[in-house]
Amino acid sequence: MERAPRGRVGASPAATFHIDPGRTDTFVRGDRSVAQIVLQEIVKQYGSLTVIDHLNLTMEDNEFTVLVGPSGCGKSTTLRMVAGLEDVTEGEIFIDGKAVTHLDPKDRDVAMVFQDYALYPHMNVARNMSFALRLAHYPKAEIDKRVREVAGTLGIEDLLHRKPRELSGGQRQRVAMGRALVRDASTFLFDEPLSNLDAKLRTQMRAELALMRQRLNKNMIYVTHDQVEAMTLGDRIVVMHEGYIQQQGSPEELFKRPANKFVAGFIGSPAMNFLDGQVSEEGGHPMVKGAGFSFRLPETRREALAGRGNPKVTVGIRPSVFVPAEEGADAVNLIRLPALVSEYIGAHSVLIADCGGTQVTVEIDSETPIAVGQELSFTIDPGTIHLFDTESEESI
Amino acid sequence: MSVRRKANRSTPYLFLLPAALVMALGLLYPVLRSAWLSFHDWKLGTPPDAAVFTGWENYIFLLEDPKVLESTLVTLTFAFSVVALEVVIGVALALLLERPIRGMTVFRTIFILPMMIAPIVVGLIWRYMYSEQFGILNQMLKAIGLGGVPWLSSPDMALISVIIADVWQWTPFIFILAMAALQSLPSSALEAARIDGATPLQTVFYIKIPLMMPVIIVATLLRLIDAFKVLEVIFIMTYGGPGLSTEILSLHIYKTAFVSQQLGRASALSNLLLMIVLCLSIALFVFNKVREGQAQRTR
Repeated sequence: MERAPRGRVGASPAATFHIDPGRTDTFVRGDRSVAQIVLQEIVKQYGSLTVIDHLNLTMEDNEFTVLVGPSGCGKSTTLRMVAGLEDVTEGEIFIDGKAVTHLDPKDRDVAMVFQDYALYPHMNVARNMSFALRLAHYPKAEIDKRVREVAGTLGIEDLLHRKPRELSGGQRQRVAMGRALVRDASTFLFDEPLSNLDAKLRTQMRAELALMRQRLNKNMIYVTHDQVEAMTLGDRIVVMHEGYIQQQGSPEELFKRPANKFVAGFIGSPAMNFLDGQVSEEGGHPMVKGAGFSFRLPETRREALAGRGNPKVTVGIRPSVFVPAEEGADAVNLIRLPALVSEYIGAHSVLIADCGGTQVTVEIDSETPIAVGQELSFTIDPGTIHLFDTESEESI
Repeated sequence: MSVRRKANRSTPYLFLLPAALVMALGLLYPVLRSAWLSFHDWKLGTPPDAAVFTGWENYIFLLEDPKVLESTLVTLTFAFSVVALEVVIGVALALLLERPIRGMTVFRTIFILPMMIAPIVVGLIWRYMYSEQFGILNQMLKAIGLGGVPWLSSPDMALISVIIADVWQWTPFIFILAMAALQSLPSSALEAARIDGATPLQTVFYIKIPLMMPVIIVATLLRLIDAFKVLEVIFIMTYGGPGLSTEILSLHIYKTAFVSQQLGRASALSNLLLMIVLCLSIALFVFNKVREGQAQRTR
C-alpha cells in the first residue's frame, strides 16, 4: 500500500512525464490546466531605491516567457518575486488565479533553475534531484522511478552517485535541470541558467531547452541578458530596462517593430546602427537626410511624419539590410561607405564603415576580402528603415 | 655564477635559522628533557646529576596509581562534557542569531567577550559567583526562596560548576566559527531548498548543519585539544577538590611536579597527556588533509 504524498510538490504522483524525443504522448498533464501568471502593479524597493516600478505582466498558460535586458534592469528580481525569494513591496502576484504574493516559495508550486546551479554540495546527484520529493514524503519507489526517468532523458543516469564537485559545469547544469523536472511543478523558473557555460555548451543546452520546452506543457519564465537566447527560446519576449517593461511580444514583433530605440538596439545581433537625421519633403517624397546619407522613405510613413513639428529624428538601420550595389550605380537610397575594419566570421563578414563621421556596422557576404579604406556602395530598402523620436526615443 | 646560485638557494634557510633555533630551544629541548626525566627519579632543587635512572618505573607507577586513573576519568568527563555542550550551544546560537535583528551586532560583540578574558580572571570571577555565602548565585537563589547550592564544596557539584564556567568562556569560540561557516554557506543552495519545499527547520538539519560540518569538526577537535590542557580556571576555582573530584590531569601533573617534587613521575604523566593531545592533533591534521584533497578534486 503506497502512502499518499503530503505537501504540495507537484500534482498527483501519477502525473509522470518524459522528454524522450521518440514519444509523443508525454509531458502533457491532463489532470488540470497549467498556471497563468499575473503580475499586477508590482513595485520593488530596496530602501529608498526603486528597482521595479509598477510593473504589469500577464503570462498565459503554457507559455515560454523570456525576460531579457541588460544587467540591473530588474529581470532577475522580477523572477525571484514570482518564486517567492524576494518580498514584493507593492502589488499582487497571481499564479493560476491564486494570490501568492505573501506565500512561501514552497507553497507556490514552482521549480527553479539557478544561474550557479545551486546544487546541494553534500548530496549526490540522485539525492539532489529527489530532495523535494523526499521532503514531501513521496513513496521511495515513486521517487526512484521519477529520478531515473528524468536522469535518463537528460543523459545523466551514470552520474547519479556522484557529488556535485565531481561533475563538470555542463553536467551540473543538467542536474540542476533534473532537480527542477522531477518536481513536476506547474511553473518552471530559469534564472540565467546557461550563462556559466562555455559558448559551445551553451548552444547545445539552448537547443535541448528548446526541445524540452516543446515537450513540457508548462508555464516557463526564463531570465537572460542574452538576446540570442531570448529570440530562440521565447514564445514571448519581455524586454526590460531600468525596472520598466520596454516592450513585449513575439521575437518577430520585437525584431521587426521595436517600440523604441532601446529595444531596437538591444534585439538583433550585430546591433542596429543609429544615425542622426532630418526628415523633409523632396520631389513629392518623404525623405530623411543626414551626414553621409540621404534616403527616400516609403509613402506609408508620410502620415506618421506629418504631425511632427521637429524634423530631427534618429535613423535606425540593421546591419543585415545593406545590399551591395553595382559600382557606379545611381539607384535610389544608395549609400557609399569607406571600410574601416573588416571582421571575417566565416559565413559572412562584419564590416565597420564610416558614415559621415559615425561608425556603422554592415553585414556582407564574405566571398571577397575587403581592404581597409575601400569604398563600398550599398542600397537600402526604404521599408527597412526605422525612425525614432530624438527626444523620447519612441518609434515613429 | 654557480657560487651565487648556491648562495641564493641557501639564503631562505639562513633567514629561517633564528626562528628554527628558538623553536628548537623553546620546544624541542623541553620535550626531549621531559622524555629523559620520565625515565629518571629526580627531585626539584637537587643537582641534575643526582637523577637516578629508573627505567620504566615511573610509567608502571602511573598505570597502578588509582589517583592517576581517577584524574584521567575526571579529565575525560570534563573535556567531553564541555566540548559537547559548547558545540551544541554554540552552533544553536549561531543558527538563532544568524537572522538580521536590530541590535544583533552589539549582542554578538557582548557574547564573544568571555573568550577575551584571561583564564585566571575567569576562575576568580566564577569563584566569587559560586561562593556559598556571598556569591551572587546563591544570593539570587535565596531571594526567590530557594536554598543555596554548595557549588564548589560538594564533590558532586564541583565538576559541574567547573564545566559551567568553561562552557561560559569557550562557547563563543564555537559560536564565532559556526557564524563564519553559516555566512559562507552558498546562499543559492539555501534558496533552492526553500523552492524545494524545505521548512526553516528542515533547511537547518538537511542543508545548513551538513554543510557546516567541516568547520564544526575542526572547531570540536581544537576545543578538545584545549580542554585536555585546561589548568588555570580549575586551579583558581577548586584546586582539584573537593577530594579529587575536579583534579584534571594537568593539575595532577602540576601537583606531582611542584608539590610532591616528583619530576620523573610528573614528566611521565605529561608524556601521557601529550599522547592524548597528539592523537587529537593528528586526527585534526588528517581531517584537513582529506578535506584539501576533496577541494582539489573539485577544481
